[in-house]
Amino acid sequence: MNKSLSIVAWGIVGALGVVAVGVVAVRRGEPINALWLVVAATCCYALGYRFYSKFIAAKILALDALRATPAERLENGRDFLVTNKWVVFGHHFAAIAGPGPLVGPVLAAQFGYLPGTLWVLAGAVFAGCVQDFVILLFSVRRDGKSLTEMAKEEIGRVGGFVAYAAVIAILVILLAVAALIVVNALKDSPWGTFTIAMTIPIALLMGLYLRRIRPGKVLEVSVLGFFLVLLAIWGGQWASQNAAMARVFTLRAPSLAILIIIYGFAASALPVWLLLAPRDYLSTFVKLGTIGLLGIGIVVLHPTLHMPALTRFVDGSGPVFAGKIFPFAFITIACGAISGFHSLISSGTTPKLIARETETRMVGYGAMMAESAVAVMAIIAACVLQPGVYFAINSPAGVVGQTAAAATGTISSWGFPVTASDMQALAHAVGEQTLFNRTGGAPAFAVGMAHIFSQSLGGATVMALWYHFAVMFEALFILTILDAGTRVARFMIQDALGHIYKPLGRTSWYPSILATSGLVVGAWGYFLWQGVRDPLGGINSLWPLFGIANQLLATVALCVATTIIIKLHRARYAAVTLLPLAWLVAVTFTASWHKVLDPNPRVGFLAQARVLAAGPATSASAQLIFNNRLDAAVTAVLVVMVALVLIESVRQWVGVLSGGEESRVKEAPFVMTRLAEERG
Amino acid sequence: MSRKTMSRFAKAARILLATLREIFDEAAYARFLLRTRMTSSVEAYAAFRQEFEEAKTRRPKCC
Repeated sequence: MNKSLSIVAWGIVGALGVVAVGVVAVRRGEPINALWLVVAATCCYALGYRFYSKFIAAKILALDALRATPAERLENGRDFLVTNKWVVFGHHFAAIAGPGPLVGPVLAAQFGYLPGTLWVLAGAVFAGCVQDFVILLFSVRRDGKSLTEMAKEEIGRVGGFVAYAAVIAILVILLAVAALIVVNALKDSPWGTFTIAMTIPIALLMGLYLRRIRPGKVLEVSVLGFFLVLLAIWGGQWASQNAAMARVFTLRAPSLAILIIIYGFAASALPVWLLLAPRDYLSTFVKLGTIGLLGIGIVVLHPTLHMPALTRFVDGSGPVFAGKIFPFAFITIACGAISGFHSLISSGTTPKLIARETETRMVGYGAMMAESAVAVMAIIAACVLQPGVYFAINSPAGVVGQTAAAATGTISSWGFPVTASDMQALAHAVGEQTLFNRTGGAPAFAVGMAHIFSQSLGGATVMALWYHFAVMFEALFILTILDAGTRVARFMIQDALGHIYKPLGRTSWYPSILATSGLVVGAWGYFLWQGVRDPLGGINSLWPLFGIANQLLATVALCVATTIIIKLHRARYAAVTLLPLAWLVAVTFTASWHKVLDPNPRVGFLAQARVLAAGPATSASAQLIFNNRLDAAVTAVLVVMVALVLIESVRQWVGVLSGGEESRVKEAPFVMTRLAEERG
Repeated sequence: MSRKTMSRFAKAARILLATLREIFDEAAYARFLLRTRMTSSVEAYAAFRQEFEEAKTRRPKCC
């Protein structure tokens, strides 16, 4: 394309983006079509990728297509492997896209569609994509080293230790909150519980097929498994209507929590997880398919958003979670805007597959844009619901009232009319007994998705199937994260304990496996139990805790990135990582301060503990007081650790810039690629 | 549809299939067979899973 044509084309994209963002931001008092969000997002991503990522690639990272990557130099056919860039992109996207970009935006929709949308777009383009891109490239230049190793080498031992501790903390809190989302989606739902229970025999069948009938034909068996899951969803309707079956599969939240804790331990400590492994494939298959389907559905059906741009809850009085728009919108939506966890993937498998440095831009920056697009879809799915319905589903009974009449009365009094009969009709349409108090985001997302698809495919008659398909999809891939995450945390703890007593590090030594599995499951199980017993629904305390931990890991990743950029003598461009870092420090430290010390008992852990202590003393209140103090302590420890990394990083920056500190980076030496010669 | 368009579609389909094969570990199994000079069988797949599982379970998956 010649230069003037390119300028005109990008000018049109820019103008369209400005108009779309303008409509999304300015329109008030009337419903808006979801296509405006789609257009705004598409233009922002296109401009961000074309200009900002190119600027970073050229000016800061100086990507070198002639430099051999570890995939080429260390190729072993296993971890290190030269791979097609689109294949790496797909692989990386499948690893970074989890429930986070679906759940966070649904919860943050309590502020209206605008704050979440703006944060997802700006956060991704200027922070999340940048973090994933630079960490990926820096890991590629260090033979695929992990974030913790890079933090240790570039910032010092404190950096390495904090990164390690932050990863463990995030894993524990993530697993607890993910399990809580599943519990809230499946409680009192025989249909959903039956469908998820059926995925276990389906996985076993897939495993048998893979091992005995057609070894290694994973795609083939995943398609088969997918059809069996559809059959299980259909069978779930029968189970929910059959009195005996419904009794078996109607479980209260505490029972589900206990079952999930037992499942997590068994999956981590016993060889049964080998039998369950095919479920991972099934979950990935369903996840990618559903995300694609939802994207097509939104573009083709372009539903109308009923949620206002901004709600009254920007003042911090929201029923879904308490806290003002700043900082809580920015920690509620992590994945989709910026997620520290991505830096683990960007410094894990992906850098070992990259064929050429120049491809890190598409994989690192591009895959995060795709995840951000998933978050936009989640915002749309939540905001197509009538606001009254959204709040009835997502508000805990402790806030809106125990009965349907009390809940609808409270929600209607906020200016979001909803009636008990509306909710009953909706619950009936999706095949549930009730949709009140289904906190956690997953049920609201499922209702939104069912609402979008019921406008076309099969109409309202199949809304229940769509709803249970969405619940199954979320619960299935959350459960696979639960068993995979438990094992990852177990391995990390075993690696660390191996330095103290060697046998503890052996992943085949059963006493160590049982002890570390028990430790990890006990930790997330404790937080899960706390969430299940919490009168405010658990999500109110656990999701912000997860958001804070995740964003603090992003802070560590951006500290590492900024340190390397300064050491590379490109300090004049350091703002590219320094500004997102400053923003995250402001957000996470403010949020942590509120969660620990805010005098409002719905926000501050210690304030809530004080209120409980002033009330009647029971064993339940004693436990709640302890839990609140524990949450406050966890938050405070995380903040102190990250503050240490910040101080250490700033000390390094000052040292390098003043010439007092050696500015050598720990990159692998330059080796000329042979791939360029082969390509001629 | 022109031949050029057809070939682009074919290329896109090949890349999509390769991506899916990588995500679903079929490509890893094919590489394992190549490396160990084995042919696909129940025993070969069992050996692949044994070698592959620990590495796979150490990979974090995001939230």
